Amino acid sequence: MSILIDEKTRVVVQGITGGEGTFHTQKMVEYGTRVVAGVTPGKGGTTHLGIPVFNTVAEARLKAGANASAIFVPPFFAADAIMESAEAGIEVIVCITEGIPTFDMIKAKAFLRGKTSVLIGPNTPGVISPGKCKIGIMPGPIHAPGKVGIISRSGTLTYEAVDQVTKLGFGQSTAIGIGGDPIVGMKYIDLLKLFKKDKSTAAVIMIGEIGGTAEEEAAAYIKKEFNKPVVGFIAGQTAPPGRRMGHAGAIISGGKGTAKEKMEALERAGVHVAKSPAEIGLKVKEALKKK
Amino acid sequence: MKIHEYQAKQILAKYGVQIPKGEVAETAERAADIAAKIGPRVVLKAQIHAGGRGKGGGIKLANGADEAKKLAKDMIGMKLVTHQTGPEGKIVKRLLVEEALEIARELYIGIVIDRAREAVVIMASTEGGMEIEKVAAEKPELIFKEYINPASGFAGFQARKLGFQLGLTGETHKQAGKFITGLYRAFEGTDASLAEINPLLVTKQGNVLALDAKMNFDDNALARHPEIQAMRDLDEEEPLEVEASKYNLNYIKLDGNVGCMVNGAGLAMATMDIIKYSGGMPANFLDVGGGVSEEAVTNAFKILVSDKDVKAALINIFGGIVRCDLVAGGIVKAAKEIGLKVPMVVRLKGTNMEAGKKILETSGLAFYSADTMKEAAEKVVPLAQPQIKRS
Repeated sequence: MSILIDEKTRVVVQGITGGEGTFHTQKMVEYGTRVVAGVTPGKGGTTHLGIPVFNTVAEARLKAGANASAIFVPPFFAADAIMESAEAGIEVIVCITEGIPTFDMIKAKAFLRGKTSVLIGPNTPGVISPGKCKIGIMPGPIHAPGKVGIISRSGTLTYEAVDQVTKLGFGQSTAIGIGGDPIVGMKYIDLLKLFKKDKSTAAVIMIGEIGGTAEEEAAAYIKKEFNKPVVGFIAGQTAPPGRRMGHAGAIISGGKGTAKEKMEALERAGVHVAKSPAEIGLKVKEALKKK
Repeated sequence: MKIHEYQAKQILAKYGVQIPKGEVAETAERAADIAAKIGPRVVLKAQIHAGGRGKGGGIKLANGADEAKKLAKDMIGMKLVTHQTGPEGKIVKRLLVEEALEIARELYIGIVIDRAREAVVIMASTEGGMEIEKVAAEKPELIFKEYINPASGFAGFQARKLGFQLGLTGETHKQAGKFITGLYRAFEGTDASLAEINPLLVTKQGNVLALDAKMNFDDNALARHPEIQAMRDLDEEEPLEVEASKYNLNYIKLDGNVGCMVNGAGLAMATMDIIKYSGGMPANFLDVGGGVSEEAVTNAFKILVSDKDVKAALINIFGGIVRCDLVAGGIVKAAKEIGLKVPMVVRLKGTNMEAGKKILETSGLAFYSADTMKEAAEKVVPLAQPQIKRS
């Protein structure tokens, strides 16, 4: 099993005819993802990479049966693309785009309230349920089907964790990049709730970073309600305050959002915290043994 | 992006926020002219991006044009050191010369984005002049908050409510309402990430003005605000950071001596962390991006080694969409062009890693190679120590 996406998921790519959209659609199809439609306004009725292109997401849902979307449109148009997907009733929206203005995301998130859609990202490598479906830009071959769920605010650091877990023979049930922006769709708690119910997930890795309080909120939830072992790592233990560390959301402001605070909160919640990124896989091994 | 106080006040004035009379001076003569025009009593304020200027001697009161000229002469060109500039300080190039006002009360107004609530929040406090973080820690009951509904936007009652909570009445309350409304419009209209008025001044005459003003902007939205972009002051930034930004590289200079170059922000932070974990200190944060080109790698390499503090470097690449052979090609090209300069440990992982390693091995350059992050960090840290002989 897995969460969010599986072999039945039918994907529409928004911005399929662009450079990024084209490249990653090919990679997703190669991985085995069922990409059933593309959307590029004005190019409806054509095909791209052998995939039918529609003018709107609503059409793609109606005519091609898409129930998930991958967004590869430029930053100033991406919030609009998210809202279009939600309005069309797409169940899982994955927004890869990096660089969306925060105000745009505040509005998009307000739009999502009361809708059935869930949003992953933006500024994310995407979601993958290994061997079943990949929506995003992560390298397929480092993944393996298995029993570890991964939730992360990062891209390549997630690959590092995935690689360690694959090498140890555990594999992943589903790996999700929640995105490196200050305002994102699903957060740790939303996904932990899904992993809690997923029988194939035996343990969860949570990769956080400096900035915001999402990790602390997750720690409180884990302590109260989460019954599977969790391994945590927080990037940015050496990051200076007040500086944006690459990701728009990775900033310590007003002395808040430090790695230390987050690691302590996770430790208090019984999470196995890796101090070094090289120990993430080993911590999973330990955690599964103790269980 | 950050801007100067005088620039923030220019923006605020456009949105109807009341600011003291004042002008910018780059010479002592100009400061004297301004003082003659708006004085006699004026305040000279050093324009640097860092806070804590008053304590460092960056804010002075002058009585008349002559005194203004004398003080300005000392201030322009001075090296101002505050708790935010670091010991090296900042050179003062400009002064904001403002009318001195008679202070009755000092209040606080700040607007930020509340990430957990996913909304803009206006914060007001009766404790102006103090750092708001300190007030939040010591007297949280003196901070009043209004969250802005993203659908309906800012509502007038919210400004009125904050005004009453600050204990304002009559004409002063009315002015505060206009002030808060203008400040919010400026925040939204410029895609700001912070707008802070500390202190918000109530004069003895009951007028409400922004005595200080600080605005930061959402870098992701700058492309739609060319007028804000034009306010960027490159002199306030680390030269290597400015250079890196030309190539869309994320570079931040730090205090250590182990340079690092990584693809992806999270992995870059984790690489800094593992350097420290292995007993070293990172010299920088450098993210070449998830989808990096050979050219970007070459530029990143040059920036990395041009930092004189770097004694050894760690290149950590997790190839996904990015191919390791392409990255290796960029590294070799740059190293051949400008020399290796410092010992360099390269860890290539993921797509085409074998081909990448081969490029490094056959380059004729003495790279150290590592398979894991741990191995890479443990190799690079001793190489940065001066007492260890390099082989």
